[in-house]
Amino acid sequence: MLKALFGDLPRVSSHRGWPRVVVEAATWRGIGEALREGKLDLLGEWGDQGAVHCALYELATQQAITASIDASTGKAPSLAVFHAPALRLERAIEDLFGIDMVGLPDHRPWLDHGRWPLRTPLAQAPSAVTRSAGQSERYHFLEAEGPSLHQIPVGPVHAGIIEPGHFRFTASGEMVVRLEERLGYTHKGIERLLYDKTIDEGARIVARVSGDSTVAYSFAYARALEAALGFHPPPRALGLRAIMAELERIANHLGDIGAICNDAAFSMMHAECGILREDTLRASAAAFGHRLMMDRIVPGGVATDLTPVGQEMLLALTKGLRRQFPELIELYDNTASLQDRTVGTGVVSAALAAEFAAPGYVGRASGRSFDARVSLPYTPYDTLPIEMAARTEGDVDARVWVRIQEIERSIAWLEATLAALPRGPIHSTIVATPDTTAEGSALVEGFRGDVFVYVRISPAGRLERCHLRDPSWFTWPLLESAIEGNIVADFPLCNKSFNCSYSGQDL
Amino acid sequence: MRKRLFRNLLNSPVTEPVVEGANEILETTGTELRGAISRTLGRSLAIREVDAGSCNGCELEIHALGNAFYDVERFGIRFVASPRHADALLVTGPVTHNMREALERTYAATPAPKWVIAVGDCSSGCGVFADSYACVGAVSKVIPVDLVVRGCPPTPLDLLQGLLWLLNRSATEVRHPVATGP
Repeated sequence: MLKALFGDLPRVSSHRGWPRVVVEAATWRGIGEALREGKLDLLGEWGDQGAVHCALYELATQQAITASIDASTGKAPSLAVFHAPALRLERAIEDLFGIDMVGLPDHRPWLDHGRWPLRTPLAQAPSAVTRSAGQSERYHFLEAEGPSLHQIPVGPVHAGIIEPGHFRFTASGEMVVRLEERLGYTHKGIERLLYDKTIDEGARIVARVSGDSTVAYSFAYARALEAALGFHPPPRALGLRAIMAELERIANHLGDIGAICNDAAFSMMHAECGILREDTLRASAAAFGHRLMMDRIVPGGVATDLTPVGQEMLLALTKGLRRQFPELIELYDNTASLQDRTVGTGVVSAALAAEFAAPGYVGRASGRSFDARVSLPYTPYDTLPIEMAARTEGDVDARVWVRIQEIERSIAWLEATLAALPRGPIHSTIVATPDTTAEGSALVEGFRGDVFVYVRISPAGRLERCHLRDPSWFTWPLLESAIEGNIVADFPLCNKSFNCSYSGQDL
Repeated sequence: MRKRLFRNLLNSPVTEPVVEGANEILETTGTELRGAISRTLGRSLAIREVDAGSCNGCELEIHALGNAFYDVERFGIRFVASPRHADALLVTGPVTHNMREALERTYAATPAPKWVIAVGDCSSGCGVFADSYACVGAVSKVIPVDLVVRGCPPTPLDLLQGLLWLLNRSATEVRHPVATGP
C-alpha cells in the first residue's frame, strides 16, 4: 500500500530515519481511503506553519512513513472525514494553527476553551483575543435525548488524586448510553514553548509532558533528535535508556493493577501492589538518582551512570518482584468477586482497536499486535528482543492480564540486559548545528503505548518544530465506546484500566 | 488469600517513622501559620487535591503518601473527594488558563477556615511552563497560598514532612501503628 501510494515520490532530504514525502491533494485523499479501508494505521497527524503532516504505519510491511501536504493557503483537506481517529487531532490543528481542515465533520474547538489571551497560538501570526478576559464560550455537547435519559456531568476536578478533565455521561437508569469527554484543561502550550529552544532546554520541557511517562518522552525526543542529526549515542547509554523505560513500565503497571482492583473495592491488592511500586521507585532512585527518572535520558546519551551498587539494587528489585508478584497474580486470578467486576466489563472490540491503531495494552488486549519495541524495533530491543503480550477479550480483565504479562517480561528482560550491559561512556556531546535544517521522527513504547515525536532543527541548532503525540489521543475515544452499555459504577474501573493521560493529550 | 493475610499479621509493618527536618524545600507566608491548623482543627486534616494543570508527576507522589510505607492516614491526614469536606487544598501545576475557573470555584466551595498548600515547582511559578500563553503561573496568582512544597516533583517524604511541619507535629508525638496495639 505504501508503495502504491508513495512509490515515485521523492523523499524530503532533510528528514532522516523513516522517509517523509510531500504529497498532493489526490494522494492525501488516497491516504484517507487507505486508512478507512484499514490498510494503514494512523500514527499521528499534526500541524506546522503552512503544512499538515501525518505519520503512517503499514502492518503488512512493518514500515512507517510521514506524508505532508501544503497548507500555506490556510486550508488543508481533512483525513477525519475518512478516518474517525484523526478527528480530535485535526480539531487540535485548527485550534493551534488556525488551519481550516476542509471537510472535518466536527469543528468544535478541542484544546482552545476560549480562555487563552490569543488565538491560534502556534501559527506564524497568532491573533489577539478581543473578548474580555475570563469569559469563556459555551461548549456544545453531542445530544442524546429520550424520555428516561439523564445527564451526569463529572469534572474537571475529579474525586481522586488524578488529572482534570470533564466527562459528560448520559445515562438511562444505571446504564451509560453515551459518554462524551471534554479535555484540554491541562493545556500548557508545550509545543509553542518548544519553538526556538535549544535541544537541551527542549529536553527539560519534553520530560514534563506526562510525568508518569517522563522516561518514554525523553527517550523518544532523544531518538528523534539523534535520527535528525545522524548521531549514535554510546552503546551503554542505549542499554541504560531501555532499562529506565522498563522500570517505568513496571512501576506504572504495578500502580495501575492495584488501582483497578481498588476501584472494584478490593483494597488488599492495592496495598500490596503499592508496596511493590514503591520498591520499584526506590530502586530507580537508588540506581539513577530520581524516583521517576526525570531528566535522566538526554540528547546524546544518559545523564547518570549505573554504578555497580545501583546494578545490585536493580537485581535485588527484580528478585523481590519475582518472589512476590506471582502471589499477587494468583490472588487476582482466584478472587471470584474481583473477577466478577473485571471480566466482560468495558469491552473494546477488535475492529475498533484496529481502526484506532489502539496503542499499548488497550490494543494488545483487543487482539492488535503492535508494540513499538517489536514492530519497529530500536536499540537495544533489536538485539535483545522482548516478546509482545497479547489477549483478545478486550475487557478490563484482558487489560489487566496484558499488564501482568508485560511486568513479567520486563523483569526477565531487565535481568538479561543488566547481565549484558556494555561498558564504556554514557554520553557524547551532540553537535547540534547541522549545515541545513534537519528533521527526524521516533516512536518509543511507553507503558501506555507508543509515544511519537517529530523534531525539526534549524541550522543554528534550535528547535523549529517539535511535535509530541501521546498514545492517549487514540485510547481516549475508545474509552467512550468501552463504557457504552456498562453501568455508571463501572466507569472508574474502565477508566483506570485505560489510564489515559490528560496532560500528554492536552499538551 | 488467607495465607497472605495471616503472614501480613505476623510480619512487622513496612510503615516507616518520619523524622522532622530538611525544611529548605518549604516556603511559607508567615511563621504564625505553623500549628495554626492543629490549634483550629485538632488532630485531623482533610485535604482536597486539585491538579490545576500539572504533568501528573506531583500526583504520582501525592498518591504515594497513601501507600504502606508513608501511610499518611496514621497522622490524621485524609484525602477527601469533595472540597466541601476539605480543610485544606493541595494544589499542583502551573495553573493553566483552562483550569483557572475550576480552581477558583473549588476554593470557593471549601468551607473556612481553609488553607492552601502549593505543591511542586510549577505551582510556585518557577517550573518549565512559566512563560506559556496557556498558563496563569503560580497558584498564588489565583488563590491565597499558605505553604509551598518545592520539588519536581517533591518526594513523598518531602510532602509528608511539609504537612507535619504545617501541623506542628513531629513523628514522635504521633503514635506509631506498631505501638498502638489494643
